[in-house]
Amino acid sequence: MKSITTIIGLLFLFSGITRAEWLNFRGPSGSGISTESAALGGNFSKETIEWKIDLPGRGLGSPLIIGDKVFVTAATGPDQNQLHVICYSASDGAQIWERKFWTTGRTMCHKKTCVAAPTPASDGETIFALFSSNDLIALDLDGNIRWMRGLTLDYPNASNSLGLSSSPIVSGDTLILQIENDSESFAAGVDVKTGLNRWKIDRPKAANWTSPILLSIDSTEIAALQSSKGVIGVHPATGSKIFDYNFGSSTIPSSVAGGDILYIPSNGLTAVKATSDGAEPKKIWNEGAQRPATASPILVGQKIYTINGAGVLTCANASSGERLWRARLKGPFSSSPVAAGNFLYIFNEEGIAQCVDLSGEEGKIVSELELGETILATPSLAKDALYIRSDNGLWKLKP
Amino acid sequence: MLAASSASANSLDESIASIQKVGPEGEGSVAASTAWKQLCDMDASAIVPLLTSMDQSGPLAKNWIRSALEVIFQRTAANTPENLPLESLENFLSDTGQSARARKLAFDLIQSVDEDKAAQLQPGFLNDPSPELRLGAVELLITEGKTLLAKGKTEEAGTTLKSALDSARDINQIKQISKLLRDKVGMELDLPGHFGFLMHWHVAGPFDNTKRSGFAAVFEPEKGPVDLSATYHGKSREVAWKPYSTTDEYGMVDFNQPYDPLKEVTAYAYTEFESDKEQQVELRLGCKNAWKIWLNGEFIFGRDEYHRGMRIDQYQLPVTLQKGTNTILVKACQDEQTQTWTKEWQFQIRVCDSTGTAVLSTNRKPTPTTDTDRRTSAQ
Repeated sequence: MKSITTIIGLLFLFSGITRAEWLNFRGPSGSGISTESAALGGNFSKETIEWKIDLPGRGLGSPLIIGDKVFVTAATGPDQNQLHVICYSASDGAQIWERKFWTTGRTMCHKKTCVAAPTPASDGETIFALFSSNDLIALDLDGNIRWMRGLTLDYPNASNSLGLSSSPIVSGDTLILQIENDSESFAAGVDVKTGLNRWKIDRPKAANWTSPILLSIDSTEIAALQSSKGVIGVHPATGSKIFDYNFGSSTIPSSVAGGDILYIPSNGLTAVKATSDGAEPKKIWNEGAQRPATASPILVGQKIYTINGAGVLTCANASSGERLWRARLKGPFSSSPVAAGNFLYIFNEEGIAQCVDLSGEEGKIVSELELGETILATPSLAKDALYIRSDNGLWKLKP
Repeated sequence: MLAASSASANSLDESIASIQKVGPEGEGSVAASTAWKQLCDMDASAIVPLLTSMDQSGPLAKNWIRSALEVIFQRTAANTPENLPLESLENFLSDTGQSARARKLAFDLIQSVDEDKAAQLQPGFLNDPSPELRLGAVELLITEGKTLLAKGKTEEAGTTLKSALDSARDINQIKQISKLLRDKVGMELDLPGHFGFLMHWHVAGPFDNTKRSGFAAVFEPEKGPVDLSATYHGKSREVAWKPYSTTDEYGMVDFNQPYDPLKEVTAYAYTEFESDKEQQVELRLGCKNAWKIWLNGEFIFGRDEYHRGMRIDQYQLPVTLQKGTNTILVKACQDEQTQTWTKEWQFQIRVCDSTGTAVLSTNRKPTPTTDTDRRTSAQ
């Protein structure tokens, strides 16, 4: 077990995790971890609100942070048929530019979610904004359009009448998408420069709201695609299958990786070691009681954290799955937690920010802040601040 | 000067043409991006030509053009607002032959710099071809109707709200107005006729859908022209067509009524629609079961999704009606799920134009209003 934890610790620094930017859902590699936010503390209070601005419409996607810019998406209009990609100044929240588009695909979705549900992704130079309408728009950091796709125009049955929410991620020159649903279900790798498909593979015909993440096997970046069937690992540039864990997994919370160890919301929570030789991932442990609800699990150092449907945060040993402590948070949660240093940050649906100090033997909720608006999105971390969006607004906080 | 202007026009046309070439699966995006930047650098004289070009542009190209146009407009509004072509925009807006989306965009641009002008224009859109432009005009009438009701002027309110209903194309507005007219004014309404829902059908089933196999299976009704006197081998017995009319206000054809709640089954519904001319229409369907649809024997679309929700106008299918009799065949499959929210086995469909205005069969039967009507029709 010691070797596993050592690997986790070492590889945690791999695959772009040292990048300062927050470029996709749950940040570097989909980990939810910032190693660059050392300035953040555990104090959520009104004094820690740097600024708050109103947004033009709903959205569930996290903000992206690149340098001094914050990027947000939204949907407005009758049937949410108008899409927005907006760039704000991180310094003061002033709008720098906004681009609007009409939807080209279906906009129907459950009333809790919305068309701007996926978090955009970026390679640091281009923003890739994906919407539940299957509109995929690439813009540079100044708002110049690089390319545009209408995936429903290309694949007419690729939609979910409850709404799609999987967030894309970039690996190298490839944008990885999961457009998974009951009908025309697929995953694709899209060339970040041209918008053309590099690869497209059929996926299980079942609704799926999870997002791809990246993990590292033998210093090679692998994309993990989760579905009700399990998790497959694919080569980001080609889509070729590298491994297949086919014991089923959740279709709402996404997995998290530490190096080549994958923590999958599967039969509770299952840790597997992935390999690049085509072998089935080797199960390390399974804990049926650690069952993440909507919030995805997060790995902080050598501990794995899950939040169940009752709002209970469970901390477990990442090497063994052994439960270390539990703490009851104020739920319910649609948002996933993020972490920096010794602090875990989580926002409930009622807009209450909660900070948990992870440094002691047991977690301690050290501060709360009521923002007073519905929050379903996951926060994003920059060097010196945390950004969170509600249905109507965007905050910059310095806890 | 003339040469420069001509060169600029050529550049504009070439850039628009480049954008209009964007194709499926990302084709042409790189060239379009270059053209987009050229468009963004143009002055305000490009705004109306760009709007005009939308009528000949596909959905993706429209978005490229829209975005460039907004960049030009915002820059001009910020730096040289006196150069904004507001009069030309208003003229464009008044041309109902232009793209509906482009006209709504023209209105939004005017509104962004001159709210008084927009407010002045808004009531004129009550019967506009653009459903989105109608929204604001209808909303004004709804507000007026409510004010009249509050003052006890029921008759005048009824006239105002009926006018709003006649113009409304938005589902939520229609529901709101019809509730006011019925509850507060006491007016009888034919909403299925207003929407153009198809109410009278023949149904045949149940056929098999074990393990969801029925969606792909080709059962007898879809093999050729429907013969309403035919009998077929169903899932467990011989089945025949029988008349079915819905009394549902939103045209719901509920297979659980003629067949009782069943699982892992497939059924068909058939109707005919008389058109006095060849015309472009939309078949707008809502369904939470797997479904397929044929018009005049030609497969139009299908979707194998179960119980993820349904709504009016969920799927909008552009088709061409032929002059005379048109046949419409719908297949709906019920799956194996047992949860209470998976009992529905139903669909609704209406015929309308691209703005959502009902297109009615020339021999449309009266709307059934009671269960007795349904039973009588089904006998």
